[in-house]
Amino acid sequence: MAQVNTIDQGEIEKFQAMAAEWWDPNGKFKPLHMLNPCRLDYITAQIAAEFDRDLTEPLPFEGLRILDIGCGGGLLSEPMARLGASVVGADAAERNIPVAKVHAEEQGLTIDYRHTTAEALVQEGEQFDAILNMEVVEHVADPLAYLTACHDLLKPGGLMVCSTINRNPKSFAMAIVGAEYVMRWLPKGTHEWSKFITPDELFELIRNAGLDPVDRKGFVFNPVTWSWRISDRDLSVNYVTASIRPKN
Amino acid sequence: MNFDSDMLMAGGGLNGLTLAIALRSAGFAVTIVDPQPVETRSSQDFDGRSYALSIGSQRVLHALGLWSDLAAKAQPILEIKVTDGRAGEGPSPLMLTFDHAEIEEGPMGFMVEDRHLRPLLLDAVKDAGLSHLAGKKVGDQVPDASGVTSQISTRKKLRTRVLVGCDGKTSSVAARAGIKRTGWKYGQTALVAAISHEKPNNGIAHQFFMPSGPLAILPLTGNRCSIVWTENHTKAAEIQALDDEEYINELRPRFGSFLGDISLAGARFTFPLELSIANSFVAERIALVGDAAHAVHPIAGQGLNAGLKDVAALAEVLTDAQRRGEDIGRSDVLERYQQWRRFDAMTLGIATDGFNRLFSNDNPLIRGLRDLGLGAVNSMPGLRRGFIREAAGLTGDLPRLAQGRPL
Repeated sequence: MAQVNTIDQGEIEKFQAMAAEWWDPNGKFKPLHMLNPCRLDYITAQIAAEFDRDLTEPLPFEGLRILDIGCGGGLLSEPMARLGASVVGADAAERNIPVAKVHAEEQGLTIDYRHTTAEALVQEGEQFDAILNMEVVEHVADPLAYLTACHDLLKPGGLMVCSTINRNPKSFAMAIVGAEYVMRWLPKGTHEWSKFITPDELFELIRNAGLDPVDRKGFVFNPVTWSWRISDRDLSVNYVTASIRPKN
Repeated sequence: MNFDSDMLMAGGGLNGLTLAIALRSAGFAVTIVDPQPVETRSSQDFDGRSYALSIGSQRVLHALGLWSDLAAKAQPILEIKVTDGRAGEGPSPLMLTFDHAEIEEGPMGFMVEDRHLRPLLLDAVKDAGLSHLAGKKVGDQVPDASGVTSQISTRKKLRTRVLVGCDGKTSSVAARAGIKRTGWKYGQTALVAAISHEKPNNGIAHQFFMPSGPLAILPLTGNRCSIVWTENHTKAAEIQALDDEEYINELRPRFGSFLGDISLAGARFTFPLELSIANSFVAERIALVGDAAHAVHPIAGQGLNAGLKDVAALAEVLTDAQRRGEDIGRSDVLERYQQWRRFDAMTLGIATDGFNRLFSNDNPLIRGLRDLGLGAVNSMPGLRRGFIREAAGLTGDLPRLAQGRPL
């Protein structure tokens, strides 16, 4: 929090306004808020299974060190901190960091937010029990180099949860035409379709990065109930994977 | 930033107590602020108040470990007979019968007495070590970025993550949150009393549709029943003013002689009937349950059952959000509860309202049509089973507790 305190009051108010925008369930980031319970259900179940934690207990993730890459306003970092984890939230966009800090402070949560990248964290010798790598890989220039950095950031036996968007005509229609142009859920140009990755390609990249993929599921939007659910079979648009860094 | 507990229940009625027990079972710290002193909440004498619990409600109690103590004192409802009648004339030949044998879940519901249910909940609250502030009420509430601070008395404030308004149809929690209400009064009053009768009731509930309003006869244990007798305000006030003997004399021609002679078995109550639905069930860090969210016409005896559905749904939404690490008082979390319950509560309100308008009527044409309708429903087993399952609380997207499962 020290960094926030060195910034002048006008700046803090600006960050508070931006945090309010990030965290408004009906605002600019509405699609992320709608998807969040689904993402959290998957993430918490995977972490609980891997580290033998009981989610019905208070602070089930106590003692776990978790990295949230591309943390944005902290939509995943805050829940992990609330469940007892020690969280580092990293974002390559500098302006997100004070915004996330201000909001965590309002919530009474301690989260280590940093303006940094996976590669820089490797240089610093950081290691984590789990990495949340959600909706990032489709935006990076070199996915294999990026996933290799994620591998290096995991302790042996550590877990990476990685979600992204499939590449097919349906995902083009849903993610770009639907979300960016029709619904205006996301700013135009958020996604570049050619960078989308199929589940098989992602598993291949993950293996080449030295990780063992162990699970994959779809996140499916139901336009009737206007909500998301986890699907075992439908990975046609949004999907999520879990992989483990081998112990040896 | 610290919280005195996770949730504050404003109101210590049956819904508030049950919700507190449910949330405690999921690991939450809960405080109950109840304007009533505890003594008046747990009198052991039978006071004539009883409830028709749906199977869904019974399962909520079962899931919370409360049913085993209540089971022996509850009267199963094995059959429901619906009859169109006129005082002194007896039932019309067209009658509708719902028999529990048509659904596989067993009885259609259970009659439980207030003197058994309320102390059971109060004891469970005590056993769970919940903080129960009796004789106190929430005077003000101020939501903020991560919680809500409630003023309990001039000096005492409590900060919690969520404030639950279970403070009835005149909910001051809702009023302070700026939530307006929609509804209307029916110009009718329900007279409620317990009746002793000579012959066994065999667990059969009766609903007689009289021109002035319905008379429900609900079976209690040991040759007793509970009546919900609806009349217009003026007539109800006249009847309520009568002494006990005259009251029974007024009831007798309506009730009929099928259970032998009848007498009063407890105190008499009156409830003015109205429909009152909160325009929103949630506000910033605030949720409403039970009558605070929706007070409906008690024609189908579904008031407490609807409240316990709220309890089961809200407890599940908050528990799931907690286990995901979400900020449980955030508007998008509480909105899930509203989405789950509001449509159902509106439907119930409209259905019971329509039912009442249809049946509280002496127009011969309407009487003829509804007799045909009753007969038609009676001759269609599928439709009849649908009504039974609806009344038993077994339809819709059921919360885990209403399926008898833990949170």
